[in-house]
Parts: sequence; C-alpha cells; structure tokens
Amino acid sequence: MTMLEIKNLQVSVEDKQILKGINLSVSSGEVHAVMGPNGSGKSTLAQVIAGRDTFEVTAGSVTYFGKDLLELAPEERACEGIFLAFQYPVEIPGVSNLYFLRAAVNAARKHRGEDELDAIDFMEIAKKKMASLGMDNQMVSRAVNVGFSGGEKKRNEIFQMALLEPKLAILDETDSGLDIDALKTVADGVNALRGPERAIVVVTHYQRLLNYIVPDFVHVLADGKVVRSGDKSLALELEDKGYGWLGNGARPELAVRA
Amino acid sequence: MPAVTEELSTYLDVFGSRAERRRAEPDWLVERRNRGMRQFAEQGFPTTKHEEYRYTNLAPIAKTPFRIADGGTVTLDDLAPFLYNEIKGDRLVFVNGQFSRTLSSVADLKASVTTTGSLLADNPAVIAPHLARYSTERNNPLAALNSALFSDGAVVRIPEYSAWDAPIHLVFVSTADAPDTATHPRVLVIAGRDSEAAVIETHCGIGGTPYWTNAVTEIVAADNARLDHYRLQQETLSAFHSSLVEIHQGRDANVTTHSVSFGGALVRNDVEVVLEDENSECTMNGLYAINGRQHVDNRTCVDHTMPHCTSHQLYKGVLDGYARGVFGGKIIVRPDAQKTDAFQSNKNLLLSENADVNTKPQLEIDANDVKCSHGATIGQIDGEAAFYLRSRGLGESEARSLLTYAFAADLLERMKFAPVRDRFESLLMAKLVQQRASKK
Ligand SMILES: Nc1ncnc2c1ncn2[C@@H]1O[C@H](COP(=O)(O)OP(=O)(O)OP(=O)(O)O)[C@@H](O)[C@H]1O
Ligand SMILES: [Mg+2]
Repeated sequence: MTMLEIKNLQVSVEDKQILKGINLSVSSGEVHAVMGPNGSGKSTLAQVIAGRDTFEVTAGSVTYFGKDLLELAPEERACEGIFLAFQYPVEIPGVSNLYFLRAAVNAARKHRGEDELDAIDFMEIAKKKMASLGMDNQMVSRAVNVGFSGGEKKRNEIFQMALLEPKLAILDETDSGLDIDALKTVADGVNALRGPERAIVVVTHYQRLLNYIVPDFVHVLADGKVVRSGDKSLALELEDKGYGWLGNGARPELAVRA
Repeated sequence: MPAVTEELSTYLDVFGSRAERRRAEPDWLVERRNRGMRQFAEQGFPTTKHEEYRYTNLAPIAKTPFRIADGGTVTLDDLAPFLYNEIKGDRLVFVNGQFSRTLSSVADLKASVTTTGSLLADNPAVIAPHLARYSTERNNPLAALNSALFSDGAVVRIPEYSAWDAPIHLVFVSTADAPDTATHPRVLVIAGRDSEAAVIETHCGIGGTPYWTNAVTEIVAADNARLDHYRLQQETLSAFHSSLVEIHQGRDANVTTHSVSFGGALVRNDVEVVLEDENSECTMNGLYAINGRQHVDNRTCVDHTMPHCTSHQLYKGVLDGYARGVFGGKIIVRPDAQKTDAFQSNKNLLLSENADVNTKPQLEIDANDVKCSHGATIGQIDGEAAFYLRSRGLGESEARSLLTYAFAADLLERMKFAPVRDRFESLLMAKLVQQRASKK
C-alpha cells in the first residue's frame, strides 16, 4: 500500500529554489535510502515532509495514506505517525529529556484516544527501551540534547523513534560521525521497527549503514532532483565511483520506482 | 527655585495632615520624616529627563493626586491566592498599609517578627539605629516620600546565631475600593550575626481601581548572616508600583534577593546593595512576566566597597503584547575592592513583535584586580527548537509554553523555597495561556 507519494515537489527558501521537482513513492514495508552530494536538498526534503514552515512549497504535492500532507501542522504529522530523526538535533536547555519524551508520547496517545502515561509508567517503558538500545539511564534526566556528544544526540533520536513507534521514519544522516557501536545501536533501533506496516527512509552518505539496514530502493538526489533510482547495488556503485559518473543530467523518469 | 507644582502640593498637604500622628512619634523618626519630605519636595517626581528614568515615564503617577488609603476589608479567602499553606512560620498582613491582627498569624508582637507601630509604642530604641537609615533617599525621591508618609510596616529581627527553618511571610494588600489611593509599605529586616532566615514579601491587590504602592525595604545583614529574600510583586493590572530594596551587608554575609514582577501597569523597582565588608556575597535574581501594556523597569546598583566580595545578578523577562521592559544595572567597584567578582546578566524573551525592551549595563570600576562581566540579550522563541518539539507531537502553544518555561527555568530553580517556585511556575504558564487567548 502506498504510504507516501511525492509528486513534482518544488521547494524554495528565500526565493532560492532548492527542490526542483522531486518524485518519490514509498509503500508500507519498504526501506528507501536517499543519497547525494552535500547541498543537494536531502535535508530539505526530509524537513518539508516533517512540516518545517521556513520552506515554501511552490509546486507539487505530497500525500500520506492518500491525504494531503502539506495541509497538516508538524504536530499533526507526528501524531499521524511521521517521525524525523534530525541531522542536527536541537539543544533545548531547561527542558528535561524525560519531560519532553513523555509529552511527545502522550501527545500521540491522546491523538489515538488512549490514556496518557503518568511519570512512573512512562519511566518503566523508557527504561526498557533504553536497555534495548544500550543507552545510559542518566541521559533522560538531562536537558534535551544539552551537553550531549554527537553520538549521544543521534542515539537520543533513535530512542525517541523507538518510543514513538512511527509508521514512517525518516533518518537524516543519523549514521554520520558514529562509531561502530553507536552505528549498530542505530541499525538495531531501525531494524526493530521494521515491519510490514511501516516504512523507513534513510538519508545517508555512507554505504556502511546500509550493510546493517538493507534498503529495498536507493535514490540519488542532485541539485534538487532525483537523478537516479535503483536497488541496493546502486549504493555500492556510488561507494565505488562517487557521484561524478551520474553527471548533471537529471533523469526524473528513473525516480519512479518499480 | 521652581514653583510648587500641583503634584507637589498634593503631597505637602498629605504630609501636613499627618502632623497629629507625628506628634506621637519619637523625635528621631519625625526628623527622618521631615528630611524625607524635604527631599521629595526638592526633587519631585523624576521625569524622563533623568538618565535613570529615561525609559520610564512616571507622569501617570505624578499626575494623580494620590491620598493615603483608608483601612479596608479583606478576608482570608481573598488572600488565598497569595498565601502559602506550607509557611508554618509567622505571617504579617497589612491591608491598605495598616496592620491586620486578624489576618496575620503571629504569636507575640513583642518578639522578633513585628510591626513598626508596635515597636514604636513599646521599644523604639531597637529600631532607631536602623529605620530609614539605609535607604538612599538622596537620589530616590519616591523612597524619601515613603519615609515621610509610611503608616505602618514590618520589622523582622533575626537574633544572632539563630537559624529559622520556616520563612516569614509579609503580605501587603491593597483593596483599591476608592479611587486614587496610595500606600507606602515599609519593611525592615535586621539579620543578626551568623543568623540564617528567609523572608518573603508579597505585594498584591484585589480591587478594580488604579492605586499606587510605593514600598521601601531596608535589609541589614550582619557578619556571616545568610538571608533569602523574596519580593513578589502581584499587583492588579491597573496598579502603579514603585519600590526600593536597600541591602547593606557585613563581612561574610550572604544575601539572595529575588525580585518577581508579574503585576502592575507601571512598575519601577530599585535594588541597591552595599557590600560593606570583606567576603560578602549578594545574589540578585529578577523575573518579570508581562503582557498587555504593562511596563516594568528594574534598576539595580551594587556597590563593592571592600575586597573579595561577590555579586551575581541575573534578570530575565518574558514579554508579550505591547509590554515594555527596562533594565538598568550598575556595578560600582571602589578603589579598595580588589578581588571583586561581579557578574550581571539581563535576558529577555519577546513573544510578540510589539513588545519592547531597553537594557543598559553600567560599570564604574576603580580597582584593577577584579573580575567583572555583564551581558544582555533580547530574543524570540527559537523557531528551530519549536519545530523540533512540534515534530515530536507537541502542539504549537505547548511548544511555546515549554520553551518559555525553559527560558525562565534557571531563575525559578534558584528559588530555594519550593512553594514559591511552584507558584510562579504555574503563574507563568497561566500568564502564557492568557496571552495566547487574548491574541485570538
Ligand atoms: N534555511 C535555509 N536558508 C537558505 N538556504 C538554505 C536553507 N536550508 C537549506 N538551504 C540551502 O539549500 C541547499 C540544500 O540544503 P540541504 O540541507 O537540504 O542539503 P543536504 O543534501 O541535506 O546536504 P548535506 O549532505 O550537507 O546535509 C543548500 O544549498 C543549502 O545551503
Ligand atoms: Mg542534510
């Protein structure tokens, strides 16, 4: 079943066009990898799907389970099961991670008509998830991402994803800069989430993560367009040859997946 | 010599009408009252031509012929929002400037927590060396006016070597049931050598008409005294409020003063600290949360006169609507005050495009081996942080509230007395909700 359908998506920021007609279709159960050079628009695409309003959508459409996604506020998208692991998770001094995580989980529960979790019940669930991700308990009592190392921030994103159990998880370079242990944590978190009901989009520069999270499709973004789509062998090819061989010629028809 | 303006004649009349009261008072007090009146008459209300009032126009106060408020009727229920069940210690309540025995909770007015009225009747000698001795009236005509006109006030004397575990609560409530009334509340805190205590002042109102509270608090902390002082300004939104807190600290004394301003239409708070002996430390925390057309001006001055003293100021403001905040902080380091450590910071969060802040630090440093720093910021809600929270499912207003709370969190955490901290945390949240609602 088609979960996310992006058609001719064009996005600008401050009159500068960044996305120049993206086509992408993601169905339940699939894992997609999005690769591409720096500045090609990968994070922009991820943020637009999550609802960042600094980007202006000038043309095209994004539907999510058949509904117009662009109509929804970021929090509505989150409650409907969209999750973005940020390339640069934001530090929020003064807000405890625990408070924030419980507020997030309860927002989704409320949306589904379920009872909100109190602090004690939540802590129990959180502890289990942390143990399964090999995370340090004291991370939850600190302020959100404040003083976290790069690796801790990425683990915290995966931890949030594990708690929120999204239908569509988008990971924006969650693997960048991670050592092998942290990388495995990320991969375990994603693989634990994998299932016929869910879909995952991983934005990455590196083949290494894709050894652990094997994608069904690989797309290459360049200059705001999908210039090549293929299966996992495309990632290996990119690893070998870089992006140069793709040239500048955008071939959108290749973006349409099988 | 300027002509006696209408503004002044109002207060000369009020002062004259209290001659009878003064006849019952000791000579030293009458002298100080006369001096206060002279000083006020000479200077009048400060105008925006005065550098230190440049951004705060007191004309609305000056133009109103305020008379001294009469006694009013208040019930404990009326006061409930301002009281703390957790305070088991003494509570003194003043209604329209007059002490209310029935609303207060104090065992013995002859003891260490009492009123100026009671002490002047029974034992004036204990306050004669202190009352109206510290307040810097030379450049603060409003404080001088308070000395001339105050009716009654609170006196807290913490005996040397004693530690009080329960805070003392002083409540000044205005009923404002008649128009154009003023009160001039007075507080004197004498913290004895090596003593430890907490004193909470609440200034609040329950009536509908505009009124003026013009308060003075004098605090003297003897050697090694530790004092936690809270000044909670919760006047009605049509009230005027001006205040001076003057703190004099001895050797090794450690005073923290919290100045919280949530109420008032036009508010001016002055805090003057004199570190008179070595190794004295003062922490000044300020929090203002205002909206509508509220105007709050905080001015601080710390005078480092001796070596090895520390002062630490953090003032934070949350402003919405057309609210206006002013902060002026001065640090003086005298030639003898080597090894001074002075820090000052003023941070403001503007929740609306129409809110505005003027902030100005001022350093006068005459010693060479000192550590002084200051900084000021004016910012908005961080859009990236708000998006991060919303992308996790928190609603827009919830995200804003949480970030606003986060902005003020370190100041709230500095309030050691948890019931006050919790109260103002929820008042801050309530104020935000009200701000959002009033925008729709
Ligand atoms: N808020 C913004 N204002 C102006 N330009 C922006 C903004 N956000 C992104 N851009 C520009 O848009 C282009 C695409 O940026 P984006 O972050 O989407 O790239 P990316 O593919 O994620 O790159 P990287 O691999 O380095 O993370 C870049 O040229 C970037 O400078
Ligand atoms: Mg990126």
